[in-house]
Amino acid sequence: MRKLVVTLAASAALLSIAAAPARAQEEKLPSPGWSFDGPFGTFDPAARQRGFQVYKEVCSACHSMNLLHYRDLEDIGFNEDQVKAIAAGVQVQDGPNDNGDMFQRPGRPYDAFKPPFANDQAARASNNGALPPDLSLIVKAREDGDDYVYGILTGFSDPPAGFKLMDGMNYNKYFPGHQIAMPQPLTADRVTYADGTKATLEQEAHDVVTFLAWAAEPKMEMRKRVGTKVLIFLLGLSGLLYAVKRKVWRDVH
Amino acid sequence: MASSSSGKFFQNPVVKWIEYRLPVFSFIDHSLGSNYPAPKNLSYWWNFGSLAGAMLTIMIVSGIFLAMNYQPNAALAFDSVERIMRDVDYGWLMRYVHMNGASFFFIAVYIHVFRGLYYGSYKYPREVLWWLGVAILLLMMATAFMGYVLPWGQMSFWGATVITNLFSAIPLVGDTIVTWLWGGFAVANPTLNRFYALHYLLPFVIVGVVVLHIWALHIHGSNNPLGIDTKGPQDKIPFHPYYTVKDAFGLAVFMIVYLGFVFFAPNFFGDPNNYIQANPLQTPPDIVPEWYFLPYYAILRSIPNKLAGVIAMFSSILILLILPWLDTSRVRSGRFRPVFRVFFWIFVLDALLLGFCGAHPPEGWYIVLGRVATIWYFFHFILLLPLLGWFERPLPLPTSISEPVLGGGRAPAGAAARSMEKR
Amino acid sequence: MANSAQSATATHGAEGTRRDFLYLTAGAFGAVGAALALWPFIDSMNPAADVLALSTVEVDISPITEGQRITVAWRGQPVFIDHRTADQIKSAREVNIDELRDPASDQSRVKKPEWLILIGICTHLGCVPLGQKPTDPKGDYGGWFCPCHGSQYDTSGRIRRGPAPLNLHVPPYTFLNDKTVRIG
Repeated sequence: MRKLVVTLAASAALLSIAAAPARAQEEKLPSPGWSFDGPFGTFDPAARQRGFQVYKEVCSACHSMNLLHYRDLEDIGFNEDQVKAIAAGVQVQDGPNDNGDMFQRPGRPYDAFKPPFANDQAARASNNGALPPDLSLIVKAREDGDDYVYGILTGFSDPPAGFKLMDGMNYNKYFPGHQIAMPQPLTADRVTYADGTKATLEQEAHDVVTFLAWAAEPKMEMRKRVGTKVLIFLLGLSGLLYAVKRKVWRDVH
Repeated sequence: MASSSSGKFFQNPVVKWIEYRLPVFSFIDHSLGSNYPAPKNLSYWWNFGSLAGAMLTIMIVSGIFLAMNYQPNAALAFDSVERIMRDVDYGWLMRYVHMNGASFFFIAVYIHVFRGLYYGSYKYPREVLWWLGVAILLLMMATAFMGYVLPWGQMSFWGATVITNLFSAIPLVGDTIVTWLWGGFAVANPTLNRFYALHYLLPFVIVGVVVLHIWALHIHGSNNPLGIDTKGPQDKIPFHPYYTVKDAFGLAVFMIVYLGFVFFAPNFFGDPNNYIQANPLQTPPDIVPEWYFLPYYAILRSIPNKLAGVIAMFSSILILLILPWLDTSRVRSGRFRPVFRVFFWIFVLDALLLGFCGAHPPEGWYIVLGRVATIWYFFHFILLLPLLGWFERPLPLPTSISEPVLGGGRAPAGAAARSMEKR
Repeated sequence: MANSAQSATATHGAEGTRRDFLYLTAGAFGAVGAALALWPFIDSMNPAADVLALSTVEVDISPITEGQRITVAWRGQPVFIDHRTADQIKSAREVNIDELRDPASDQSRVKKPEWLILIGICTHLGCVPLGQKPTDPKGDYGGWFCPCHGSQYDTSGRIRRGPAPLNLHVPPYTFLNDKTVRIG
């Protein structure tokens, strides 16, 4: 029994190092703590909506969100009419019409979020050859993605003495290699929040990360809710089955 | 008692009608019912075979439901998986069950294998049973490898590229084989399509080999922690209800751990890079296979020569096939082999160390560690086990399973054990 | 079943009932768990969110002139939108309902008499009837003619001749305003 515990502990220790291969990172990421951390964490609804406002007014100029559809916004607190209005606020391409031409029309809830550029090449052409990544999964596509994106957004500064910054690049504390093509996107009061919250840089970064975490996994809250019920059920079932096992085995022991 | 209750069952006219035409019920009764005798001293280490079977079932069912929505085309695959995660009812659950199920299938199988290594379950007369097990492990590895390619993320693509490129090490025909495997000049849509077809097929081949595996097991029955043969009915108990109940309990506990990960840490075993769509023009900074391949990956990389590395990697599994002959000890169970016991646990640590090395880039200390661990791995099988068998002095074996247990006793002599002989 | 391997005394009395209760509870728990575990798999086969999002289509009917018919796609099916003339409405309403194979008044099949909206699938074996284009045959009743087996529908889309058992189905629709109708 003791051997089992020792082996499990050793394997857990080794596996946890093995399962999360180290990323070359000199600076430790900030970890401000998130409402959605932990087995019972949820998305702070107000922060998430504010984060959508930040995405819409700042990030969507360069970053696509191809995996979200306007109808998904009903998840974050907008009703059907508000969603229709948000969708109708953009023009999307449709067609061909009966003449064989493509045309523009107002967006509808079932459309995907309109990308800022028609394709990757157009995106690179507008950004000095750099491709702004799609943000639908960014929080899951990076190690400690929530802290990482927060770090990037708040980590712009002047380069330290002696650091050679290439043309067109910007110094960032947390980006691997410290040189990022994106200029600092968020500053204090870059957006005026609809709910009146003070828009400091940290607040904007915190809110947009909350929104992006939801965008990466809209079903997270349901997953944790169902999971709690499943595990409680299984604990009960295990207890019952253990009692049955002991009863059946009583005369063999 | 069992036979009288099952006797009532067998008197039922409907049951008799079916039995006369296809004896399914008596078949089940004799293979895992109240008429299949099993050693009475099996420990919880014996649960992992049925747990592996449960995981195989879960993988097939969740896989089929994923297949209802997955698109095996390079342009559509990544987005189809995200559609499953977002738009399909409970799609996120199917995906996380399948993704983590692979890890837990390997956890169950690896523990099952190590149980076999410790208790000498591979020894006479269970050599063919052991070979079938190795076959299942190889099929699982092929299935898992191809399955990981299907989401078409960065790790899917680059992992496939690295591993298929290994075959170019084969002299003369290597490059032709790789082109044939790819169906083109790089990993691309044709590769994805054929991996999907084979990934769907192989699990059913695994089911077939599992049937043979259980058939082979039932010829001589299970090994047991003492490693000595059962001498008669007094050493055995009916599989049902004793082991059906114990397996059910074990399954519930295993499900708690497994579903704990599915619901609360579903990406723990995965790599964030696979949430980026495959890009043939950009390699991720470190290419890491899934954790269950890490030890073999370490062995592969520890040898500087490409072909030798490939041979060493495959040999590390194929060597298991001759284990029944490499281990020369007449004693089966590690419980009575005090020196072997120590080296068994060193071997376990060695395997974990290999995994650890496989997870890190082959630089600095990791190279040395990986090579030492690789050498030890082969030393353990090729030199240590044969020598141990000849020179080790084992502890005295009990004469039978039913005799009063040596130390740490459970049942006193003469306990009213409800054994098979009272039928 | 689960009552084997017990000593003789345990079969009777309180001990036996407690044991059976335990087995029953565990079994019931397990069965409930299995049923609950089954549900997500079955539910995953229901239409997904993106399919449901396409379950309605809004059509601009202002360019459709009197006497003109257009076809739109809705849930993967053709929908006929017919801007009927006064004559067509009249002949639809003059029909003796009792003579119809599938009796239905014209009034019950339209919300605004000049707009007839039908699912363009023959109720016989599923072909798409002809009659949408001015050059198409419309059959003897001025409606639609199915070329597969000769079913003929009138200006209200009702079956008049041929093997089809039912009238062309009317989909759910709403007029959002004078220019737009939402199907579904």
